[in-house]
Amino acid sequence: MSQQSIFSLEVKDNGIAVVTMDIPGESMNTLRAEFAPEIRDVLGKISNDSSVKGVVVISGKKDSFIAGADISMLDACNTAEEAEELARTGQQLFDELENFKIPVIAAIHGACLGGGLEFALACHGRVCTSADKTQLGLPEVQLGLLPGSGGTQRLPRLVGLQKSLDMILTGKQLRAKQALKMGLVDDMVPPSILLDAAMKMALAGKPQRKKVELGLLGKALENVSMGRKVLFEQAQKKTLEKTRGNYPAPEMILEVIEAGANGGFKKGLTLEAKRFGQLCMTAESKALRSIFFATTEMKKETDFEGAEPQKVNKAAVLGGGLMGGGIAHVTVNKAGIPTRIKDISHEGITHAMRYGYDLLNKKVKRRFMSYADMQAKMNMLTGSTEYIGFHDADIVVEAVFEDLGLKQKMVADVEEHCREDTIFATNTSSLPIHQIAEKAAKPENVIGLHYFSPVDKMPLVEVIAHEKTSPQTIATTVAFARKQGKTPIVVKDGAGFYVNRILALYMNEAANVLLEGEPIEHMDAALMDFGFPVGPITLLDEVGIDVGAKISPILEKELGERFIAPTAFDRLLNDDRKGKKNKKGFYLYDKKQKKGEKLVDESVYKLLNIEPMQRLNREEVAERCVVQMLNEAARCLEEGIIASARDGDIGAIFGIGFAPFRGGPFRYMDSLGIDNVVSKLKTYQQRHGERFEPCALLLEMAEQEKTFY
Amino acid sequence: MAAQQNLTTHSGERIAVVAGLRTPFAKQATDFHGVSALDMGKMVVNEMLIRAALDPKLIDQVVYGQVVQMPAAPNIAREIVLGTGMNVHTDAYSVTRACATSFQSVVNITESIMAGTVDIGVAGGADSSSVVPITASKKFARALLDLSKAKTLMQRLDIIRKLGVKDILPVPPAVAEYSTGLTMGQTAEQMAKTHGITRQEQDELAHRSHTLATETWQSGKLKDEVMVAYPEPYKKAFEMDNNVRTNSNLEGYAKLRPVFDKKHGTVTAANATPLTDGASAVILMREGRAKELGYTPLGYIKSYAFSAIDVYDDMLMGPSYATPLALDRAGMTLQDLDLIEMHEAFAAQTLANLKMWSSDKFAKEKLGRDKAIGDVDWSKFNVNGGSLAYGHPFAATGTRIITQTINELRRRGGGVGLTTACAAGGLGAAMIVEVE
Repeated sequence: MSQQSIFSLEVKDNGIAVVTMDIPGESMNTLRAEFAPEIRDVLGKISNDSSVKGVVVISGKKDSFIAGADISMLDACNTAEEAEELARTGQQLFDELENFKIPVIAAIHGACLGGGLEFALACHGRVCTSADKTQLGLPEVQLGLLPGSGGTQRLPRLVGLQKSLDMILTGKQLRAKQALKMGLVDDMVPPSILLDAAMKMALAGKPQRKKVELGLLGKALENVSMGRKVLFEQAQKKTLEKTRGNYPAPEMILEVIEAGANGGFKKGLTLEAKRFGQLCMTAESKALRSIFFATTEMKKETDFEGAEPQKVNKAAVLGGGLMGGGIAHVTVNKAGIPTRIKDISHEGITHAMRYGYDLLNKKVKRRFMSYADMQAKMNMLTGSTEYIGFHDADIVVEAVFEDLGLKQKMVADVEEHCREDTIFATNTSSLPIHQIAEKAAKPENVIGLHYFSPVDKMPLVEVIAHEKTSPQTIATTVAFARKQGKTPIVVKDGAGFYVNRILALYMNEAANVLLEGEPIEHMDAALMDFGFPVGPITLLDEVGIDVGAKISPILEKELGERFIAPTAFDRLLNDDRKGKKNKKGFYLYDKKQKKGEKLVDESVYKLLNIEPMQRLNREEVAERCVVQMLNEAARCLEEGIIASARDGDIGAIFGIGFAPFRGGPFRYMDSLGIDNVVSKLKTYQQRHGERFEPCALLLEMAEQEKTFY
Repeated sequence: MAAQQNLTTHSGERIAVVAGLRTPFAKQATDFHGVSALDMGKMVVNEMLIRAALDPKLIDQVVYGQVVQMPAAPNIAREIVLGTGMNVHTDAYSVTRACATSFQSVVNITESIMAGTVDIGVAGGADSSSVVPITASKKFARALLDLSKAKTLMQRLDIIRKLGVKDILPVPPAVAEYSTGLTMGQTAEQMAKTHGITRQEQDELAHRSHTLATETWQSGKLKDEVMVAYPEPYKKAFEMDNNVRTNSNLEGYAKLRPVFDKKHGTVTAANATPLTDGASAVILMREGRAKELGYTPLGYIKSYAFSAIDVYDDMLMGPSYATPLALDRAGMTLQDLDLIEMHEAFAAQTLANLKMWSSDKFAKEKLGRDKAIGDVDWSKFNVNGGSLAYGHPFAATGTRIITQTINELRRRGGGVGLTTACAAGGLGAAMIVEVE
């Protein structure tokens, strides 16, 4: 062949045609529309060769089958019709594959996701390897889309409605064992015999499809039209509870699957392509795709100003509290780096170890991890109340109390007991890094590394460089955070850094609105409707009312009067209301309550001297709180706290849970129109005070009609 | 006289002990309840390597041992390598020599270094009396196997019919000799009677041991050789041997009743070692390699000897047979030693051995030597207390004593020390270490 081809064909002596997919120069295989002719070409060659008895499709990549369709194709579409056409191209190709007269078997090792799984579903049989890397799923919903190449139709016919709804609506990925159990694959084998097993299957002819195994209830729900109606209604209800109407994809997925279940395969496909096209054009999908691209792009930025990250072979954590325990856990479990914990007490060390142990033990109980593997991980975690075994630590993460003097002493300790180039990363949430580094002999080694609680769940970390932090230190710390499974953004040293700073103004405003008498559950519902995972009042209870009260004065001092917190909240603290941790806050934490039920502690209104009455609607409540966050985010960009709007969006989404379908504060401002944001702020400024004064950057952008992206 | 031993490599380099560490020792079913010998072995080796900052890739071999075997992990040494993030290419095998097990693992590494096949090795041992293999009776095990092979219902019934209730009961491991069926306590009792060791003498030695061990702990001497353990399920840290009686008083000992011979006996729970859980380990290196890597050796292995005697009488007399051999091989006499550390399995066994060391008759009749080994100078003997106080996790005691002796010699500005132990099966071990 003249150019480097993606699909190579080899007919083996046993009469099996092995088609190997291997996109030159890429680490993973992804599907693109322009491959269709080449696939047809290969299939044509095979059907012309009468000696071929069967086909095996396998990947030439080390650890992926086909990781999905190339979604940059979608951004190139200008209309829903174009995107629909794209889906139809895929559908037609996979139809041809399914109708191929001799058996086609997919031999799957590694990621088999999205379009990749749809490809495999169109084959007559599937064999996968038992390797941990083998993962199968249809994650399109996570990008605000639906599987557009027959996935919504073939999966339910293979594994049943309920199981496929679960897979397609959540986008979750299955391990090989689960896939075999649910009938998604026909066989699971060790990687060494994958090709052999697939060839054997192809030689045996097209695998006979058994009827989907269903229980009595399953049959009633899936095979009877009345039952199906109930099933889809229930699914619809649950979906709306989760999405609050903010995500169109899950609803359309339900619609498309239902159409196929009631009206047949062809009808299902037609609607699938149509809805796929529509979803591609939605703002929600575009926003979700932009996040995907942003994180992919960030992962490629490994160096910092030319400095490449140094390998971290050993880490240490100072302080075995909740944060220290979480940091030690992700360092050992995700990054696979041996970690030494130091605490002033043995209790602190055992606490940190137990933190990871409890999490890993859950995996052992669910058989995701063997007991021996768990022990091996735990053995990487060691502790000492003294600086023994610290001399070879490459990075020390400090998670002690928020006390400047103490943190400066930690810097001095680490400089004394560790290597000259050991990085000192401080997990402070409010102290400026340059102050912590003030007395350091080597301030270039000192950096901020701000995790969010709970560490094992929250995906963001802020990497805070102060003026003297070296590019080398930044690059290594960023790489270290990534190995821990975190998404790091590099921010500049300043009170509250980025995330807590924009969050503080938003929370303050929520407090102000509350003090004006808006009911608590109304406020939380308003912001959840906007797209936050929890409302601001619930968040305050979760984080701790006392924590907020400690940070506010620092921010006010460093950043100005707009950060003044409402003084009425002092009354809460005087009443010993700290929130969930002492079971006394805005909500009731009574054990008698039903699970999931949350009731407001009405006595809080009296304490705050307010008569709860709803005056604003949900949109108005949300807007007033959110514009404060938007304005401050823009100000952070203006001051260079964040390097780009992209970092600001990622930080807000991964750090606070800012509505992902809005793409983050900056994309959201773009979609609202900057002039619109400015005029809203000005209105609030007149009505509620100077804290709403739009920042210079927004004013300038509004005037010049600029956008962030 | 046995020929003098030259414990050096071909190039004349000595065998250096570079580091030694142990866990605190715990009485059965206390702080290490549920923690297996393997878990403790991993814990101590891991911590020792971290403290020594030794690159695991440089370790050629791990020889480790346990006495109470863990059927799930028979090669404990290899499991330690695999379970601690050490280099998978580090060779590892396990040894067992009853209470002298970790003397044996040290000797194995020593000999391999001498032979030039190993430059850096880790030796040690661990035992748990809390996680033990409870097995089926021989008859029951046989029946189970037959059942799995039986083909018809009648055959199966036949097999089951032959089993009694007694056969089905699980069998815990016994601390008894396989060949004689005698427990260690019975042997100690026999030795006390044969050699005229009084109850008072035994209680005094136990009291001395606990008092000295208490002082040693309180002085902080053990800080560098005993790690703090954080065992699964990570609820509590374990810092100090929990068998040491920090408020030992002699009167208290007299109150206890003998255990093994209730009528005429003298061996009590207080003058014997309890069943104990713990682990210990050392790093051994060719002298030149240690210095090349920037380590200052703590001490060197100067000589060693093992001995074996009959098991019916005086089975725990091993130290009296192995010690003269080790002294000969070092070219020394008892008087040349600065420290003597003997494993105190029982106060009666320790005192019987010391009595025989002083006996010309024993030397002539049993050892075929003209003169007695010598009288022990109590100011040099078990100066920090012994196993009676610290406890005795069988396989961990050897490296516990070696490390403790070397560190004590270092505190005294150097010298030569003897370490010795008796072991089941009539075995004895002795090793002489020196510190510059």
